[in-house]
Amino acid sequence: MALLEVNDLTTHFHTRDGVVRAVDGVSFSLDRGETLGIVGESGSGKSVTCYSLMRLIPEPPGRIERGTAMFDGQDLLKMGPRELRKIRGNRISIIFQDPMTSLNPYLRISTQLVEALQMHTDIDRKSAVNKAIAALEEVGIPEASKRVHSYPHEFSGGMRQRVMIAMALITEPDLLIADEPTTALDVTVQAQIMDIIKQRQNDLGTAVILVTHDLGVVAGTCDKVLVMYGGREMESGSAEQIFYHPRHPYTRALQKTIPSLQAKGQELFTIPGLPPDVSKPIPGCAFYPRCPYPKTGTPEGERPALAEIEPGHCWSACGFCDSSAPIETVLTKAGDVADDTLPETAGSNA
Amino acid sequence: MLKFIALRLVQGALVLLGIYAVTFLLVAATPGSPFSSERAIAPEILAQIEAFYGYDRPIGERFVTSLGNVLQGEFGPSAVYANRTVTQIIGESFPVSLKLGSISLLLALLLGVPAGILAAVKRNTWLDYVPMSVSMAGICLPTFVMGPLLALVFGLILQWLPVAGWYGPEFVILPATTLGLYYAAYFARLTRGGMLEMLNQDFVRTARAKGVPESTIVWKHCLKGGLIPAITFLGPALAGIISGSFVVETIFQIPGLGQWFVRAALNRDDFLVLGLTVLFAAMIVIMNLLVDIVQVALNPRLKYD
Repeated sequence: MALLEVNDLTTHFHTRDGVVRAVDGVSFSLDRGETLGIVGESGSGKSVTCYSLMRLIPEPPGRIERGTAMFDGQDLLKMGPRELRKIRGNRISIIFQDPMTSLNPYLRISTQLVEALQMHTDIDRKSAVNKAIAALEEVGIPEASKRVHSYPHEFSGGMRQRVMIAMALITEPDLLIADEPTTALDVTVQAQIMDIIKQRQNDLGTAVILVTHDLGVVAGTCDKVLVMYGGREMESGSAEQIFYHPRHPYTRALQKTIPSLQAKGQELFTIPGLPPDVSKPIPGCAFYPRCPYPKTGTPEGERPALAEIEPGHCWSACGFCDSSAPIETVLTKAGDVADDTLPETAGSNA
Repeated sequence: MLKFIALRLVQGALVLLGIYAVTFLLVAATPGSPFSSERAIAPEILAQIEAFYGYDRPIGERFVTSLGNVLQGEFGPSAVYANRTVTQIIGESFPVSLKLGSISLLLALLLGVPAGILAAVKRNTWLDYVPMSVSMAGICLPTFVMGPLLALVFGLILQWLPVAGWYGPEFVILPATTLGLYYAAYFARLTRGGMLEMLNQDFVRTARAKGVPESTIVWKHCLKGGLIPAITFLGPALAGIISGSFVVETIFQIPGLGQWFVRAALNRDDFLVLGLTVLFAAMIVIMNLLVDIVQVALNPRLKYD
């Protein structure tokens, strides 16, 4: 049985301006020790998916409308606050995007590090602090025994993210959710942080959900990939399937945007247009307005059903364009006509 | 930290010197004199009085003499109340205001801070709306409305408490409540604002993700930072509240310090005006220093320098 089995997860935000469909029917599963990468543009619902699993969505305005998230036989989405607290920080931990604001500036690092330990295990303060020191050493913080009693502002951004990792892993959770753990950091420390996460994952056998923009990181670390767009699942499969046999136009276009895969000296490829406005219902395929493939129909009705191409490899089988050919065949054409045919703002496709 | 305190005390002394000089000049520049009255006084008697109080000498000399006296803790005689010195007047009335003020402030903190925390934690529910509406009313209702209202209900209608005078413990209750409710309203709003800001921080989400219960999030993660606005207000509030309230003292007939601020100015009692100003300024300086020390203790990102 999978460690985590998410089915039809749907999280909406009920704001004054309407219902924002941040996550709209996302499903995936994850085994122990596995790494799942969730990729997509900003606003595609990656983070909200993670927060929904941890039930960290502010309610109201947010609400988990449908779906199940079976974690080791229990549905995370239907848990009471007490049961949830036993899981949070104990069996599932999370690392947030911005380490500058995610640590409490009023409390010592030691206090924050041992908090989860003391909350979830019977441990005295002294052994907890010793464990905290060991945890800091594991993530490469020098003079950990001295620095454990510092305050967050005495650490740099990269160091704080290391502290966050140490804090998340101190209880040796089954699942670690890393929500863009390197986005807010200096490029020079991004690789270090990813290495630490990978190394600790190997040490502890933790399953990881890695949310990121960086497809290069996904290729290097993930077993499985989930491509999201407009709160929906566009394509999912093993890293190999997604990178070598991408099926969905969006996955293909996204891959074309990886700078290192593009010819030097040329203008970098970007997908024209903007992500869809998820506060309005999106008929058919969410990517349709920006899709470079030749259109074969008008998007309407429910979103396309997920179709399995080969075992484990699914895509949102859109029937509104002809995406049988590789993307290179349409790109030169799309590049020429991009400005005329592709709407500047998405969501105006009705 | 000792260096910080010493430095701030020196700064405070300079501030006090400046305030003393400005007040002295303003008082001296005011037309008329403490001794002008409707009854005609023989010129030679007036000259004698002025000589007694030192008014016959040039202003520079008077300033130096009075400053010298003040440095020795002697504010001089009252220019209006014969046979009483400024020190005596303050010595009699200040303890009264100090007692009334301390009790009021304690009441304000005990009521206001918990109400603010509760309102922030239960924001946008009736536990937020009710205390916040009451506190808005408390800020808007001046003490000269609240005071008589309380006196009317608890003194005259219910006959539980005395409405005026200053004789026993029961005489403290109504004026302390009047004054305390007003400050409680401020503390409630400031605490609510501070706590709300903390509760919306990212680190609260981190704490929730660790499985920390909501009560621990409030007390351990948010209280320190959330109290900072209220504590910043505490300095001037403390100085203001223990130096007496003219309105409350007048309504409840209390022989406190507040009434002297008004009487000294009306009577043109030069020495008393100077003495009270220096006392009030000194309290503000000391309270602000205390507040700064507490701020550094609460916020690890601040340092003494």
